[in-house]
Amino acid sequence: MMQWETVIGLEVHVQLATQSKIFSGASTAFGAEPNTQACAVDLGMPGVLPVLNENAVAMAVKFGLAVDAEIPETSLFERKNYFYPDLPKGYQTSQMAQPIVGPGKVEITLDDGSTRSVRIHHAHLEEDAGKSLHEDYHGMTGIDLNRAGTPLLEIVSEPDMRSAKEAVAYIKALHAIVTYLGISDGNMAEGSMRCDVNVSVRPKGQAAFGTRAEIKNVNSFRFVEKAIAFEVERQIELIEDGGQVVQETRLFDPERDETRGMRTKEEANDYRYFPCPDLLPVTLDGAYVDHQRALMPELPSEKRHRFENQLGLSAYDAGVLASSRAMAEYFEAVKDVCGDAKQAANWVQGELSANLNRENLEIGDSPVTAEQLGGLIQRVMDDTISGKAAKQVFQALWDGEADSADAIIEARGLKQVTDTGAIEGMIDQVIADSPVQVAQYREADEAKRGKMIGYFVGQVMKASRGTANPQQVNSLLKQKLDQA
Amino acid sequence: MAIEHADVLRAAHLARVGLSEDEATGYVDDLSRILKMVDQLQAVDTQDIIPLAHPLDATQRLRPDEVTEHSQRERFQACAPAVTDGLYLVPRVVE
Repeated sequence: MMQWETVIGLEVHVQLATQSKIFSGASTAFGAEPNTQACAVDLGMPGVLPVLNENAVAMAVKFGLAVDAEIPETSLFERKNYFYPDLPKGYQTSQMAQPIVGPGKVEITLDDGSTRSVRIHHAHLEEDAGKSLHEDYHGMTGIDLNRAGTPLLEIVSEPDMRSAKEAVAYIKALHAIVTYLGISDGNMAEGSMRCDVNVSVRPKGQAAFGTRAEIKNVNSFRFVEKAIAFEVERQIELIEDGGQVVQETRLFDPERDETRGMRTKEEANDYRYFPCPDLLPVTLDGAYVDHQRALMPELPSEKRHRFENQLGLSAYDAGVLASSRAMAEYFEAVKDVCGDAKQAANWVQGELSANLNRENLEIGDSPVTAEQLGGLIQRVMDDTISGKAAKQVFQALWDGEADSADAIIEARGLKQVTDTGAIEGMIDQVIADSPVQVAQYREADEAKRGKMIGYFVGQVMKASRGTANPQQVNSLLKQKLDQA
Repeated sequence: MAIEHADVLRAAHLARVGLSEDEATGYVDDLSRILKMVDQLQAVDTQDIIPLAHPLDATQRLRPDEVTEHSQRERFQACAPAVTDGLYLVPRVVE
């Protein structure tokens, strides 16, 4: 049986979060009425000239710095020529020979916690096209050009990935970087991140690459994994049956979990690139690049290392908490209020994440604020409430019962009883009320007593409505029961 | 570099320019002579010369990221052959 190796390279288009378009002053806001955000430049009206958006340049440079890439001093815009009704000018303004971001690398983390590096070939700026609506408009196609001219950063990897899991880890790493940098909202459902996946297979040990197929427009982490899995199997079966993979563009069909060949046009790849005469070379000096570097926030990998080394979290906890900027900021706010990183990490990943998952919410939508959670943890740490009562308080905060843990503790009378006299009183009552269980306990040997004491602890906790300190209850009970 | 009849038709198709057979034959001759001139240029040693991206010795001016254009849909669509619900209509694109 032949062993096969999968080779994957990705082209990821990231929609940049600018206010206006890459070459015009029209808005990029999502969801506007058709063609209300397509100005004369976007429509390719005669006589108009593009002027490059400074923020799109700044965002591309920040991305380059985040992936350790060279930022060349000069980059150029070129025209990629093809005809399609949602491309009004008959060309897409893009970059090829001298892109704005040169070779770099991204660190990816796999499920087992191991890390590896994926090389970036380059990243370039370009404009998006409009949208074609193929529903029937009197037998015609409808065109909405609001998206035309929206800035995209196309990030091209080297063929460095060897499995669907690695490809997904890579896209997740890019997603974390662009959202941390704030250069994209990373919303895959709205098309802010779109992937073209290049897949080929080769016999294990062979140095030369096999013929690749390009799968277009795969729009979720899950689809990337499924599209690759299907495509790998298709190619291996094809070759094992004596066939050959042809270089082609395929589309992923999420409803059937399969890829299909698109109708190939012979001239499909003849884009006749040439330098755009309407745009001058872009020059970025060292001072500009340094300025952008100074504006960058802490990146996911830096955060992960700091959480691990300075806050003493485990590698796993640090990885989970640094995985998104919203999660990391929430965790740090909780930690700052309660003063204990480990406790903050446990609560954020435990009770909070469980509740968010159950109700399918993002951390940004959490009904419990970081300040509230931090305040709750403080009350556990200073022994005001027991761990068990804390869960009640958390649920009450989640349900919006009051504004702070303190208010709920007060209203529900959850303050932990640590006064020995009071606890002894409750214990005596429970012992008096349970003569049968007390007799059984006293007849049992030491090994069995350990289990049986749980009944009494439960009764005392119930009597105290969860407010007695469980450690105290346990030791006082043991003394009293063992006495006779 | 020689150019053939089929090359001219292909280039015309890529640019969506309609050419008759006779016109195409004429262009084979014209373009061949242009390419001969290019061949002459190829003889020059350009090893140490950085390709010229733009004839003007200037760099791209950048604009601040501000929305300055507002909807003029009615005006733009006044010259469109067909519109519906704010969309431009074009002959059906079959995927």
